[in-house]
Amino acid sequence: MKIGVLAVQGAFIEHKNIIEKLGVKCVEIRQKKDFKDIDGLILPGGESTVQGKLLHKLDMFNLLKKEIENGLPTLATCAGLILLADKIENQKNNHLATLPVKVKRNAYGRQLGSFITKADVGHLNNFPQVFIRAPYITDVYSNVSVLSKVDEKIVAVKYKNQIGLSFHPEMTDDYRIHQKLLEMAG
Amino acid sequence: MENTRYELNKGLAKMLKGGVIMDVTSASQAKIAQEAGACAVMALERIPADIRAAGGVSRMSDPKLIKEIQEAVSIPVMAKCRIGHFVEAQVLEALEIDYIDESEVLSPADDIYHIDKTKFKVPFVCGARDLGEALRRIKEGASMIRTKGEPGTGDVVQAVRHMRKINSQIRKVSSLSKDELFEEAKVLGVSFELLSYVHKNKQLPVVNFAAGGIATPSDAALMMQLGAQGVFVGSGIFKSKNPKKRAEAIVQAVTNYTDAKLIAKLSYDLGEAMVGINEDEIKLIMEERGI
Repeated sequence: MKIGVLAVQGAFIEHKNIIEKLGVKCVEIRQKKDFKDIDGLILPGGESTVQGKLLHKLDMFNLLKKEIENGLPTLATCAGLILLADKIENQKNNHLATLPVKVKRNAYGRQLGSFITKADVGHLNNFPQVFIRAPYITDVYSNVSVLSKVDEKIVAVKYKNQIGLSFHPEMTDDYRIHQKLLEMAG
Repeated sequence: MENTRYELNKGLAKMLKGGVIMDVTSASQAKIAQEAGACAVMALERIPADIRAAGGVSRMSDPKLIKEIQEAVSIPVMAKCRIGHFVEAQVLEALEIDYIDESEVLSPADDIYHIDKTKFKVPFVCGARDLGEALRRIKEGASMIRTKGEPGTGDVVQAVRHMRKINSQIRKVSSLSKDELFEEAKVLGVSFELLSYVHKNKQLPVVNFAAGGIATPSDAALMMQLGAQGVFVGSGIFKSKNPKKRAEAIVQAVTNYTDAKLIAKLSYDLGEAMVGINEDEIKLIMEERGI
């Protein structure tokens, strides 16, 4: 099995380290040519405007969108969630638009609004949730299942092969969500 | 500062990794920077090259300018305060800035003490020329480090020197035995605990960016290959002939810093770079401020 982590910008090493600790090969995807024989994909945190732009500049956008739509198991955190979202509040342009949700960027405000909490994520009890200038989900469409809410706001969803999170599991030592991705990929 | 807050602040720096933080002096420049792929902007009244040219005392930017830039972009906004000027830092925190740069580019307000950054909720980035400076700033509460380089010169030599020195010192510390670490902590003037972290993990406990004199895609890729986790570009963009094109090229060069073919393509016909000043032509050495 081989997991690919989008490595155009942001906190991708943290994801890679976890996947490797779980005993699975993980490759950094910086260009189209890196995208070979991938069984699962991680879209990491970072700045969604930068990542979205680089997907186009580096000619990876269509390939990524097609692969995700064709069922490639995908875990997206924070900026990654924004890349997947079909709709983004106060913004005309979306990115990959494979996940039928509406997200609000910087929904908790600037860095002073960042916080850490714990909540259930689907069947995973008491999962540590690190929110950094995080988005949350304001609306879900079609058969999206809500996995987690914090203060009534949706912060984790699953839709077919895609898991979208507002928070950063890669910044904790709880690997259960990454294990979930490996199960989906395996 | 509570531990959680420090983790979140180190975490924001991690989100900036692999990215380019650009100096901007207006809302319109901030938009150009965001559009070009900046992962954050540094709100400044004057870029370092102009601070250098103008001389005199340089201070924190007008909050009006900072607000305008905050409203213009959705990416994180940073701003500089003078070394030791904790009230400027309090003002920036009140403005809800995303990161404060306690910076040698501005005139130092205190020639002995840096700000006690542990008292703030908002994160700080500080400049360093070597491992000692880096760990002292981290002990004071910095959650991100950058090389000092020599700002506003368009000359990358100092940033290269600082990055090489920090990394070579990290390699040395990693190879010491425990009893040697006590002495090394004394020599470097740093806390034993932080030095032990470096010894064990072979890296700084926070993200380390390159800054100072980066003017071209190759400069940026050079710093990345030397071990930087991202770059600050100050005067290099908006002092050049075609800021948008140069900014976009630098962003892509940082992502694919080992792909020389791509960097060659990115460097093609970028227009004139900033003029630059050589090391021996500089009158004001900013890197010596705050050690």
